[in-house]
Amino acid sequence: MDIWTILEFAAWALSAVFAVLIVTDWIRTDSSYSEEVLTSSREGELEAMTEEHRL
Amino acid sequence: MTTPMTDITSPVADGMVHATKVGLARVLGPAHVWALGVGIVLVGEYMGWNFGVAKGGAYAALIACWFAGLLYTCVAMIDSEVTSTVAAAGGQYTQAKHIVGPLMAFNVGLYLVFAYTMLEAGNAITVGYLMETVAGMTGHEGLNPQPFVVLSILFLAWLNYRGVLATLNFSLVITAVAFVAILVLVLGTRPWSETTPLAHAELSAPLPYGWLGILAAMHFGLWYYLGIEGTTQAAEEVRSPARSLPFGTLTGIMTLIIAATLTWYVCVGLMPWEYLGQSGVPLFDAARMTGSKALMVLLAVGTLFATLASANGCINDASRAWFSMGRDHYLPAWFGAVHPVYRTPYRSIIFLVPIALVFALGAPLDQVITFSILSGLLGYTFMPINMIMFRRKWPLRSIKRGYVHPFHPIPAIVLITLCAVTYFAVFLGYGTQLIAMVSFYIVASLWFHLRRYRFVKRSDQFTMPWPKPQGY
Repeated sequence: MDIWTILEFAAWALSAVFAVLIVTDWIRTDSSYSEEVLTSSREGELEAMTEEHRL
Repeated sequence: MTTPMTDITSPVADGMVHATKVGLARVLGPAHVWALGVGIVLVGEYMGWNFGVAKGGAYAALIACWFAGLLYTCVAMIDSEVTSTVAAAGGQYTQAKHIVGPLMAFNVGLYLVFAYTMLEAGNAITVGYLMETVAGMTGHEGLNPQPFVVLSILFLAWLNYRGVLATLNFSLVITAVAFVAILVLVLGTRPWSETTPLAHAELSAPLPYGWLGILAAMHFGLWYYLGIEGTTQAAEEVRSPARSLPFGTLTGIMTLIIAATLTWYVCVGLMPWEYLGQSGVPLFDAARMTGSKALMVLLAVGTLFATLASANGCINDASRAWFSMGRDHYLPAWFGAVHPVYRTPYRSIIFLVPIALVFALGAPLDQVITFSILSGLLGYTFMPINMIMFRRKWPLRSIKRGYVHPFHPIPAIVLITLCAVTYFAVFLGYGTQLIAMVSFYIVASLWFHLRRYRFVKRSDQFTMPWPKPQGY
């Protein structure tokens, strides 16, 4: 098995990892917050939490 | 008596009752706006523009490059003025909603989403092709490009999902590397030296197909700049939209005109025009012609980085346009959600991933790119109409602008004239696709008018405190 064949498998595996990370976080987020909060963004409004944002 | 100007970008005096609990994060600066615009476009220098050389010869491609440069300078100037007053995601879609009306806004939103998603798919196909080519050069024939296509889309979608600052920092770095690679290639050919390998006079023929060749080359002249208008999608996420957006957009178009001219200069000087017109990766091939291994590696990296930066910016822009349409209820409101931790339009990002994958894995590159270019061209046609209406409804002293473009209405007239020329050029080469796509947008417009618009409430779509237009 040469390096390119290994890279092919690695690319499939990494793709699966990123897909799982996105989908699990999506499900967790949607089940943790109300729809009202998630869709509360309004055009032109500078929300109060902008400056308080912490990652 | 003078009426006070409304500053809708002011963080303190917007006069709104704040209902937003979770919104997009205002964390970007002008460098990110530059990276977003140039990052989407620079791949057009690395591939695609050179098909114009096959259509009309080297000098036709140069004339098309500069005509298209003029077209996009008008786009950048118009966009800079209008978007400096619209501090909201959605870019031209949001401009159309405020200035023209809902049906135009819906169409412009669709143009944006399709132009960027198709370009993203085209970039992912190119990543797969590059990996296949590099594998072939190292002796491994028959590499399956699909895992690399899928990985590039999913990795960049994940990055976009996790936050806009990291996404555009990534774009900034790889775009800068790709741009510097072009400069290094030009310097590496020593244009000032007598021993330079550049041989423009011997390798290029002056207009082999005459003036019609220039017209045919116009279609590919767009590749040098296609996507610079995407800077406006960052409007809701930049710290100072009135300053950063015009600054990032205008420095972006200047960068691209320099990069496009240098690209033409170095490629035409190193390859016969008949070969250059067929090349899949012209800058990489130009590096190969110099015989320098270091330049070959640098331009291979530059090609990959330019492709990834483009796909990255496309995901960012398509998702903002889709998100804005959802937030305004032009599409189901479900798409208008913002991630409470990462502050990104996460559902829109996720929704567009399978669409990009289907096109990247199942459609030929030229069709995907043509769909993207035609959608972009329809969007450019809207801009001069938008600009003229904007100045009429909101004259200069009625709303605070971060940038006022000079010589109005000349840029709008030049832009609509160049759009008409480009439509004709596109019709010569891709008439069937043009008609098919316009038909698609007509059907979508009918659906919106007859079925969807009944769900849109005025209070849902106009929450930005714009003053009333003149005469209303």
